[in-house]
Order: sequence, then structure tokens, then C-alpha cells
Amino acid sequence: MLDSYLPIITLIVVALGFATGSIIFSRLVGQKKPSEVKLAPYECGMPPVGSARERFSVKFYIIAMLFIVFDIEVVFMYPWAVMFKRLGMFGFVEMGVFILILLVGYVYVWKKGALEWE
Amino acid sequence: MTEMLSMSNNAPLFVGMMLLKLAVVFGVTMGIVAYATWVERKVIGHMQTRLGPMRTGWHGLLQPIADGLKLFFKEDIIPTQASKVPFLLAPMMILIPALITIAVVPFGPDVTVKGFLVPLQITDLNIGVLYILAMAGLGVYGIVLAGWSSNSKYALLGGVRASAQMISYELAAGITIIAVFMLSETLSLREIVALQSGSVIDWYVFKQPLAFGLFLITGLAEINRTPFDMPEAESELVSGFCTEYSSMKYALFFMAEYANMIVIAAIAATLFLGGWSGPLPESLGVVNLLGKVFAIMFFFIWLRATLPRVRYDQLMQLGWKVLIPLALANLAVTGLVVVLQQ
Repeated sequence: MLDSYLPIITLIVVALGFATGSIIFSRLVGQKKPSEVKLAPYECGMPPVGSARERFSVKFYIIAMLFIVFDIEVVFMYPWAVMFKRLGMFGFVEMGVFILILLVGYVYVWKKGALEWE
Repeated sequence: MTEMLSMSNNAPLFVGMMLLKLAVVFGVTMGIVAYATWVERKVIGHMQTRLGPMRTGWHGLLQPIADGLKLFFKEDIIPTQASKVPFLLAPMMILIPALITIAVVPFGPDVTVKGFLVPLQITDLNIGVLYILAMAGLGVYGIVLAGWSSNSKYALLGGVRASAQMISYELAAGITIIAVFMLSETLSLREIVALQSGSVIDWYVFKQPLAFGLFLITGLAEINRTPFDMPEAESELVSGFCTEYSSMKYALFFMAEYANMIVIAAIAATLFLGGWSGPLPESLGVVNLLGKVFAIMFFFIWLRATLPRVRYDQLMQLGWKVLIPLALANLAVTGLVVVLQQ
């Protein structure tokens, strides 16, 4: 366990050190001439209108929810795929039934128009 | 039979070798990241009958260094309306997953050091591919955070678009590569390479050509490159989620983009093109892998010079209505063939 994950932890530390190091270094050597206009959010040079924290299309939430549902089902397929040759026909039919149920949901979502962007 | 080097049989040597491999891989990755920017500008320049960077050094070879230095000395702007902590964390949260994914990619055969077998790979996880998918998933957080914390309309739209795009294509990518594991029966990249090491014919690209194509397309969309670079569509969103970023923070986004490109190319090479094994002999494993990685990266750059950007609705339709059904069909056909062969 430690053998496999110690290198990854070390790599995370290295990457984190590199990222923070370069940000801190650029803050130290970079020039600083802040002005009110420069620190305003960019809006094509016009004075910003209203807040950016506004509502946006509900479509994005639907995509996120669909992703969670389908991604969990995909995760189930990983152990199955690794064992697939050993499971043989039994595994194939069983996963076929599982995917068929998933497909019913997929067709429903499609017909309901959740995948349409207009 | 030589023993595999581990913490239990020679801890100092294990740590030493680990640090050495880590330094080499990290250094080479950052080097490729820097020079990929130069190659991209050069290649696209010549494809558009321009010369690309020419002023800094011979044919602009010092351009990445000049760019890096310039970005260090630029003013680090944090907009007053931005949420400071997430704004600061976002570039790191994008760069770190991009850099650490490379850890599971094997780059050569096992070598013997002081009587112990050392795999040329930072770490051989038995769940290597799951680790890659997990890290790819983490990259989304950085983009959402960058878009939201900037408190700018362009950044928010870019971030939201990017996250919807990435999770949609992650799904298609996840289904696509399952077909490979049905053949390999393992998630360890080292073993997947070993299974393809017989000859060129054993490469999974010949058994799974559709999966290879789907993986390249979904990979392009995952790393937000043309023709799927919707999150930073300049003509409508200025620069997308990194609109408000400047100086080194902006450079980190840039590095993450190229690091992700290397990662996707390396994974595609490892899963489908035999990784470090073949066509050159085993002792040139690194050359094999880098050659394949560069070829795929050149293909990505070539696409950028060739294809126009797709529209957002087309992008989502392609992901959900074409790629996912195709990937599932590929899975079914693979399963049927494997079962009937038994």
C-alpha cells in the first residue's frame, strides 16, 4: 500500500510546491500598480453591469445530475470488465440486462428532451 | 529470480529510486510542456504559411523561456470582487491533477539496480486507470472554482460550460476504455503494456480501433482543445474561466492545458499503441513512448489548425447522442466477440 502510494503523495507535494512557489515568486518580483479600474472585472472595457453571481441555465444542472447517475453505472462496469473473461456468457448476459435498464433511462432522458440545447 | 524493490527489502534505495524517477519524469514533463507551446506555434504558423516565433534564439527556440520570464514579471491582479481564497486555489487545483496523473504511465521495461528489480514507472497502481479517471475528474473542480470565484460574467459562463462539457465527455471516455479492460483483465498500466508487447499486431488499437478513435475525441474534449475549446471561445467569452487571471496564475492554467495534452497522449499511447514496447527494441522504451506521445500531440495541434470550433449545442449532442451510444455498442460487440471466442 505504502509502496504504491508514497510516490503519488511525494508527487503531489512536488506539484503543490511548484505551483505555490511560482505564484509566490511572481508576486514578489512582479510589478504592482493597482488601480480601481484595473481591479474591476473585465467586461470589454465598459463599466461592469450588475453582479456576475446571477442565475444561469438550469440545463447545466440537468447535465450534472445525468452525469452522476450514468457515471455511477459506468463505475459498476469496471470490476465487471476486469473479470469478464472469467465470467463468460453468464457475465455477458447479466451485464446485458444491466445495460438494458440503463438504456431505458437513457431513452427516457432523450425523449424528454433533456439532451437538447436550443 | 530478482526481487522487486520495495519499502520492506531496501527502504533507502526505494526512496532514492523513487525520487530519481520522480525528478526525471517531472523535469521531462515540464520540458515538454514548455516546448509544446513553441512547437504548437511553429506548426500552426507553418500550416498557415507564416513562420511562427523567429526572434528569440534560432527559429524562436528560446520563446518558451522568454514567455515564462515575462509572465513571472507581470502584475498579479486579483479583482476586488473576486473571492480571494478560491481565486488563488483554482489554478493550483487544475495544475496538480494534471501533473500527478503522469505517475502511473510506464516508460520502460524493468531495470535491475543493486540486485533489485525496479519498474520504470513512478508507481504501478493496480487500479491505475481508475486513478487516471479520478484525477481527470478532479480537474473539473479547478475550472468551476476559477469561473465562479472570478465574479466575472465571462469567467462564470466559461467555467459552467467547461464543467458540463468535461463531465459529459468523461462519461463517454469512461465507457470507451472499458472495452480495453475486457481484453486486458487488469487496470494496471504496466500489465496492459506487457500484454501488448509481443509485436505491433498485439496493440489494442487493432482490436479496438473504434475505442481508440472515441478515446482521442473524448480526450480532446476533456482537455478543452480545439475543436472543443468552448470554455475559452475567444470570440464570445474573451478567455473563458481564466479571463480575470494574469501573471503566473494564468501561466499555471496554460501549463495545465499542455500537461493534460501530454497525459491524454501518454494514456492513449499506453492503452492502445503498446506504450513503451515496440516498434523499437525494449532498451529504447523511452524513445518508443515519447515518439508515440509526440505523434499524438502533433495530431492534436494539426486538428487545431484544421477544424473550426463546434457550436456548444452540437458539442453536447455529439457527446450524449453519438459518442455514448457508440461506446456502448462497441462494448456490446467486444463482449459478444470475446464470449463467442471462448
